[in-house]
Amino acid sequence: WKFLPSPQRNSGALLAGRPVNVRDALNQAMDEELERDERVFLLGEEVAQYDGAYKVSRGLWKKYGDKRIIDTPITEMGFAGIAVGAAFAGLRPICEFMTWNFSMQAIDQVINSAAKTYYMSAGAQPVPIVFRGPNGSSAGVAAQHSQCFAAWYGHCPGLKVVSPWNSEDARGLLKAAIRDDNPVVFLENELMYGVPFDLSEDVLQKDFVVPIGKAKVERRGTHITLVSHSRCVGFCLDAASVLAKEGVECEVVNLRTIRPLDVDTIEASVMKTGHLVTVEGGWPQYGVGAEICARVMEGPAFNYLDAPAVRVTGVDIPMPYAKILEDHSVPQIKDIIFSVKKVLNM
Amino acid sequence: MQKMLTLISNVYRLGNASKNVGARMVLSTRFFTDFTPQASFDIKKCELHRLEAGPSETAVLTREQGLQYYRTMQTMRRMELKADQLYKQKIIRGFCHLYDGQEACAMGIEAGINPTDHLITAYRAHGYTFTRGVSVREIMAELTGRRGGVAKGKGGSMHMYAKHFYGGNGIVGAQGQIFESFNMAALWKLPCIFICENNKFGMGTSVERSSASTDYFKRGDYIPGIKVDGMDVLCVREAIKFAADYCRAGKGPIVMELETYRYHGHSMSDPGVSYRSREEIQEVRSKSDPITMLKERMLSNNMASVEEIKEIDVDIRKVIEDAAQFAISDPEPPLDELCNHIFANDLPMEVRGTNPWVKLKSVS
Repeated sequence: WKFLPSPQRNSGALLAGRPVNVRDALNQAMDEELERDERVFLLGEEVAQYDGAYKVSRGLWKKYGDKRIIDTPITEMGFAGIAVGAAFAGLRPICEFMTWNFSMQAIDQVINSAAKTYYMSAGAQPVPIVFRGPNGSSAGVAAQHSQCFAAWYGHCPGLKVVSPWNSEDARGLLKAAIRDDNPVVFLENELMYGVPFDLSEDVLQKDFVVPIGKAKVERRGTHITLVSHSRCVGFCLDAASVLAKEGVECEVVNLRTIRPLDVDTIEASVMKTGHLVTVEGGWPQYGVGAEICARVMEGPAFNYLDAPAVRVTGVDIPMPYAKILEDHSVPQIKDIIFSVKKVLNM
Repeated sequence: MQKMLTLISNVYRLGNASKNVGARMVLSTRFFTDFTPQASFDIKKCELHRLEAGPSETAVLTREQGLQYYRTMQTMRRMELKADQLYKQKIIRGFCHLYDGQEACAMGIEAGINPTDHLITAYRAHGYTFTRGVSVREIMAELTGRRGGVAKGKGGSMHMYAKHFYGGNGIVGAQGQIFESFNMAALWKLPCIFICENNKFGMGTSVERSSASTDYFKRGDYIPGIKVDGMDVLCVREAIKFAADYCRAGKGPIVMELETYRYHGHSMSDPGVSYRSREEIQEVRSKSDPITMLKERMLSNNMASVEEIKEIDVDIRKVIEDAAQFAISDPEPPLDELCNHIFANDLPMEVRGTNPWVKLKSVS
């Protein structure tokens, strides 16, 4: 990456050519959307005066004040309900859960009040709300703070569920989510917040959005398809680099959206490579990988499979605290490489 | 000689703090029998909600109890400070919510209830884990994620358990659930004491910014409540004794608000000074520290000597050092422990690993 002298205030020029980490990409996306549409506001625990528990909303309260950036008491069911009500009334709330684990305190509001209402009202009542926060495992935060909710929320009609990997995903998908008139579950990843990625000029434009429901092929390959989301996309790319040295070319698909699932992109890739491994951090049973395999079975890509599709997932246990146990509870790059070789009969 | 010493000690039994220096000079050769065996202290009157009478306004403290409370609270304090150190050295990871400043709460409660009573708390749980009977070694080894930890390294800071102690719980966005509990407890006259350790902040948000009413002891509405000085271990003890008697008499639930303070931030990732001033923290430390308060009471009433207290401190330091050593050197849990304890009292089963070829074993 190269440095450019940047005296202008325009965010595009200021950041172009510099790596932007996922946290700043999210921060910037919210800043721009708050500026663009005065109906947009952010609420959650510590989002205002504390600058965000993970600093994702740093500076926003100072810039937009009490009416747009709201600190709530520690009371998820309550403030999620207030947020949904605000969306009913025409505002465009961003409701932050400090982590998605806490959303279980409020899940009735997400599912029954947000997801189902447009349907129940036969189109009379849209719910333009974004629920966002870090999802999945972190480092040493133990069982109650490490769960992945992609499968749980991905199960529900009426919800859009997105899971960005890099800064471009984070920026584009958050803008798209805020501009979407439907409830969007936005699954971030705490361990990705500090990771920098180069962002091009195009991506830094104020109207840059990543379409919800469209996966991205991050790496082209011919021998096997790896489908993943969030942090595991990075692991897939690392595994692909290692495998390339042995002559195996992996195609890596970054789902970006969990629901609606971009089956077309997955099928096109599988029909090209004939082999499929899904990779996720969440538990295996009834998970994202399970859905992908089922969809492939039920569609045209099945006939192109030269081997059964396989899932790489977290271990089917609550997350242990001890480091050695935690390391063995989540998919490692070596697990991906191992599975690829098994599928390819190497 | 004996008679003179007894006379002097009788005078000081009723005395106050300022006579310390004189006492030490006169009674420089001390014998065990010279100490005041027990003393009565005036404690702060508790504000009451829906109660005609409240906890006793005097507390009797025996020398034995005083030394025990001191030892326990000082152990808690030193343990938390050691945890701070180990966290900064990255030997403890993840979340770590420290209890220093709030020792009188856990100690006072334990002093006023039976070991067979049931206790549950949230994530700031190290103090209660200790008072409920888990050794410092097992607590520290749990914090460092080793096999000798009270939860074999699988739980971590927020998930420690003991007999009649139900943790250690990580998620607290439960204001609504509290009111649901209030309702059922009152409806069915359950012998339940609801305790709020009011340390003035919910994470980084002050109580004024998060609560429409900060009179937490009144929030039970139809449930009686007591507001307690949570920095005074005797106040807490008398209050919980009163509350426990109330419950055991079949009168139903009771709410207690303990006014207390945490010196550290919300957790180790919170410096704790962006939403409050260092002056405020220092002021509480110098004027209201629970351990200092107890120590001064004991010294000024001739219930212990400075040397004795120092000895206890030295001993505690050894205990903490030994525990920390253990916590650092004990090995991590073995890998075959990974999938155990999914179900209780069940047959061994297979657990899927990270890919379909990894089949792991799980036993109860």
